[in-house]
Amino acid sequence: MSEMRKVLAIASGGGHWVQLRRLRPAWDGCSVCYVTTNAGFAREVAEDAAARGQIAPRFAVVQEANRWQKLKLLRLVLQVLFILLRERPHVIVTTGAAVGYLAVRIGRLMGARTVWLDSIANAEELSLSGTQVGPYAHLWLTQWQDLARPDGPHYRGGVL
Amino acid sequence: MIFLTIGSHEPFDRLARALDAWCVARPDAMTVFGQITDHAEYEPTSFEWVGNLAPDVYLERCKAATLLVSHAGMGSIITAGQFGKPIVVMPRRAAMRETRNDHQIATAKRFENRPGVHVAIDEHALAATLDSAIAGLDAAGEATTGPFAQIQLIDAIRAVIHE
Repeated sequence: MSEMRKVLAIASGGGHWVQLRRLRPAWDGCSVCYVTTNAGFAREVAEDAAARGQIAPRFAVVQEANRWQKLKLLRLVLQVLFILLRERPHVIVTTGAAVGYLAVRIGRLMGARTVWLDSIANAEELSLSGTQVGPYAHLWLTQWQDLARPDGPHYRGGVL
Repeated sequence: MIFLTIGSHEPFDRLARALDAWCVARPDAMTVFGQITDHAEYEPTSFEWVGNLAPDVYLERCKAATLLVSHAGMGSIITAGQFGKPIVVMPRRAAMRETRNDHQIATAKRFENRPGVHVAIDEHALAATLDSAIAGLDAAGEATTGPFAQIQLIDAIRAVIHE
C-alpha cells in the first residue's frame, strides 16, 4: 500500500487564502499542513475538515512580507524553511503571494512537486511572482485562458 | 444589516467617507457596521465600526449581513458569493495610493455582470449603486457560488499530488 501523500497548502491571508481553500477537495485523503499569515483561520479549517470527514490538518503561521520588505522576507524564508524541514511534503500547492513563492523555491530544492495557481485577481497579466515562479513550478497555472501560453502558464479552469 | 469590509491590509478612506455620507442622507436606511482597518484616517460618524475583525467574527458578520460593501478584492467577492450575499464593490486606485496597481479596476470590470455583484466605479456612483442593490434585495435568491473551484482545476491538482 502506498504511503499517504503529504501536501503543504500555503497562501497569504485574504484573497489568496480564500482561493486556496476552494481547491481543498484536491487533497482529500492526504496528510495536509496549511500555512498562512493569520492564526485566526485555523478554526474554520479544523471545523470544515471534521464536517467533511477529513483527517484534521496541521496548521502553521508565518509572517506577512512583500518584496520590498527585505528584512521581513529574510525572516519569512527562515520560517518557511523550518516548516518545510519539519513537514517534508511530497507536494506544495500555493495561490501566492510571497509566502507561496518562497515555499515553491525552497520546496523544489528539497524535492517536492510544486503547484502555482496565479490569483483570479490577475485577469490582465500574471502577477510578478507568478511570472518568476514559472521555471520552478511543476504545474504552473493561470485562471484566465487568454493568459495561457504553450510553455506555461497553463489554463485548467478557475476557482469560480 | 449592511456590512462594510475593506480587507485587513490597507485603509480605504474614500469608500468609508462615501458610505458615511450615504447614511447621513438616508436616515431610515438599514443599519451599517464597518471594518475599516486600524490605519484608517477617516472615522465614520453615522455608523458603528471597528479596525479589524478576527476571521471567525468576520465570517459571522458576512453571514448575518443583508448586503456587503467592499473594495473590489477577490476575497470579498468570492466570500459574498459563498454566502449568497449581494455585494457592492468600489475599486481601489493606484493613483490615490489605495493599492499598488489598478488590478481592482480590472477585477470590477470582469465581475460586474456576475449576479449579485454591483460595481460603483467611484465615490460619486456609490449612492446610486447602493440604492439599486437594496431595491433588488427582494428579487428571487441571489446566485450562490458553491464552496469549491471548478472540477477540472481540482482534478489537475489532484493528478500532480498522486503522480
